[in-house]
Amino acid sequence: MTAAPTTAPAALRIEGLRKSFGPTEIIRGVDLSIEAGERHAIIGPNGAGKSTLFNLVTGRYAPSAGSVFLNGQEISGLPPFRINRMGLSRSFQITNIFPRMTVFENVRCSLLWARGYRYSFWHMVGRSRELTEATEEILAQINLTARRDLPAGVLSYAEQRALEIGITMAGGASVIMLDEPTAGMSHSETDHIVELIRRVTEGRTLVMVEHDMGVVFGLADRISVLVYGEIIATGSPEEVRANPKVQEAYLGTTLEAG
Amino acid sequence: MSEIARIPGRNAGLTPGMVLPWALAALFLAVMPLIFASNSAITIMNQMAITIIFALAYNMLLGQGGMLSFGHAIFMGMGGFMSVHIMNWVERYELPLPLPLLPVFGGLSGLALAIVVGSFSTRKAGTVFAMISLGVGELVAASSVIIVAFFGGEEGVSGDRTYGLPFFGIEFLRQIEVYYLTAAWLLISALLMYLWSRTPLGRMANAVRDNPERAEFVGYSARWVRFHSFCASGFFAGIAGGLFAINYEIVTEENLNLAQSGAILLITFLGGAGFFFGPIIGAVLFTLLQTVLSLHTDIWQLYLGALFVMTVMYFPGGLAGVLMMHVVPARLGRLHMLVMPYLRTLLPAAIGIAGLAGVLEIIFHRRNMATGDEEMTLFWITFDSTSPWPLAIALGVAAIGIWIARRTAPALREAWEAANRIDLPPSSEGRP
Repeated sequence: MTAAPTTAPAALRIEGLRKSFGPTEIIRGVDLSIEAGERHAIIGPNGAGKSTLFNLVTGRYAPSAGSVFLNGQEISGLPPFRINRMGLSRSFQITNIFPRMTVFENVRCSLLWARGYRYSFWHMVGRSRELTEATEEILAQINLTARRDLPAGVLSYAEQRALEIGITMAGGASVIMLDEPTAGMSHSETDHIVELIRRVTEGRTLVMVEHDMGVVFGLADRISVLVYGEIIATGSPEEVRANPKVQEAYLGTTLEAG
Repeated sequence: MSEIARIPGRNAGLTPGMVLPWALAALFLAVMPLIFASNSAITIMNQMAITIIFALAYNMLLGQGGMLSFGHAIFMGMGGFMSVHIMNWVERYELPLPLPLLPVFGGLSGLALAIVVGSFSTRKAGTVFAMISLGVGELVAASSVIIVAFFGGEEGVSGDRTYGLPFFGIEFLRQIEVYYLTAAWLLISALLMYLWSRTPLGRMANAVRDNPERAEFVGYSARWVRFHSFCASGFFAGIAGGLFAINYEIVTEENLNLAQSGAILLITFLGGAGFFFGPIIGAVLFTLLQTVLSLHTDIWQLYLGALFVMTVMYFPGGLAGVLMMHVVPARLGRLHMLVMPYLRTLLPAAIGIAGLAGVLEIIFHRRNMATGDEEMTLFWITFDSTSPWPLAIALGVAAIGIWIARRTAPALREAWEAANRIDLPPSSEGRP
């Protein structure tokens, strides 16, 4: 990891972020800065607000207070499609793909905006060799070339998770956010998906929520611990593991890799 | 049952496989009036062509965009009304607009209305969209009897298609000339709508239908994608309206009311919204029922309704879906395995349904006949409808036919499964 020059803005900077649902405050003032190229994991007990934090950053929810900056530009309050166009892409905890379209088309649709096709109706997508090749390349990366003409809805769970990662990274976003990418997977499937994540996020900023501590300690450069809507610790895996507040929050659960 | 159209992703140029279906369609349209040359047949074919364009336009919303509209007839109606007004203006002010170009203005009128309506109705899909479409449909239909100056009240607006100078010597006096004009527009519209489905917007319409949230997270505003589909659909519906005006030279409230909107939904679903060519089948079948079956029975709409309900319940992919179910057995070269089981089940089923239809017809005749007019003719047999025997025989035929069909249905199911079985070597993983 090369240290970014001091003038370069953080890939993602969160300032005083708050979110209430009715009287309940779920996110209670989060500050976080993630450098470009960093792999950052957000961990925490169930109900800590990890997914809510994700949804606030990516525009699915509007924050009650505070700001989010992507590469120095404010994105808080913008709709998801604008945030995506500015270079942030995400996956979901519950698989979120285009089930009736083929695997190939799932990936191709995720490429269209970034490749400048926008809302055009004067191009034939099937006629662009460049677009087809880019799609094929992503399919090869996520090991789904053999499934390219199947409707995405019939793929196995693990394949759908891989496809979602493909959709998420296809547009070339500089910041990739993955919400529990290994949830519900077997050991061997988890190993595959971790390998895949490592490969496709090469050179990009990765932010992920993850429960599997093996994955977290294997992948992340830095870790933030979110408890009751507040970040109680941020640091390298070793620092976080040694932090007494973190150990208290996990109530005796040893934070061991694997 | 899978609803996949194989997408040609690899080819970058025009291939014979892409051009051939359209060339065949053009040839087919050119030859049809030589086979069915009577004026009434040509009238039916014109109506079919108009309904096909409208149904294909409607399916840009329903099948491709996932928007269920209950008021789409207003766009065709608007195209029709504007076209017939333009016809009259051209005649009065002697404007240089040849008739074959009139549908373009019908389309633009549909587009203009769609821009207005779509600006607020496409914000959400699902129930909200459906309710707004119903409300706007009713609003426009109601104003058509209020704003008499534009909609002409109950008698509608009439025009004369032979208004202008002949177009390359064609005066559009004869039905056959109108047929070729309509057929040409059908071909152009269908091709444009097909090409639309291959564009980035067309593909994203599918994506937004499948998962609007995901579409937003790959950079597209779901609302904006819906709005574009909505406008395109309004444009082609307006072209259908323009052709209607040319064909019938009169447009009335009936062309844009909710009954018309319901009919196009029924046609599209019956044909199969999941496939591009589905609405074509639906439109052809509906027009045939409407024009031919209605000559033979007064309760044809009952049969249409029953057919629709059966399709929704058992074949949600529509008739196109039923056809496409046979692609796998055909690829495996096993269609012949299905011929006899189909005959054994469908033949008695058809006889049973004919019996049921007989029962309905006899009851209908008894209740609606003029006194002394007991005689009726059904399936080329003339009999006294008040006698108990014909009813008993019809009931018996219905019962026996359906009983046999139920007996042979398990064998058909077995044959179907055998024809679809994919004999793979035990594969490692991933196969559904």
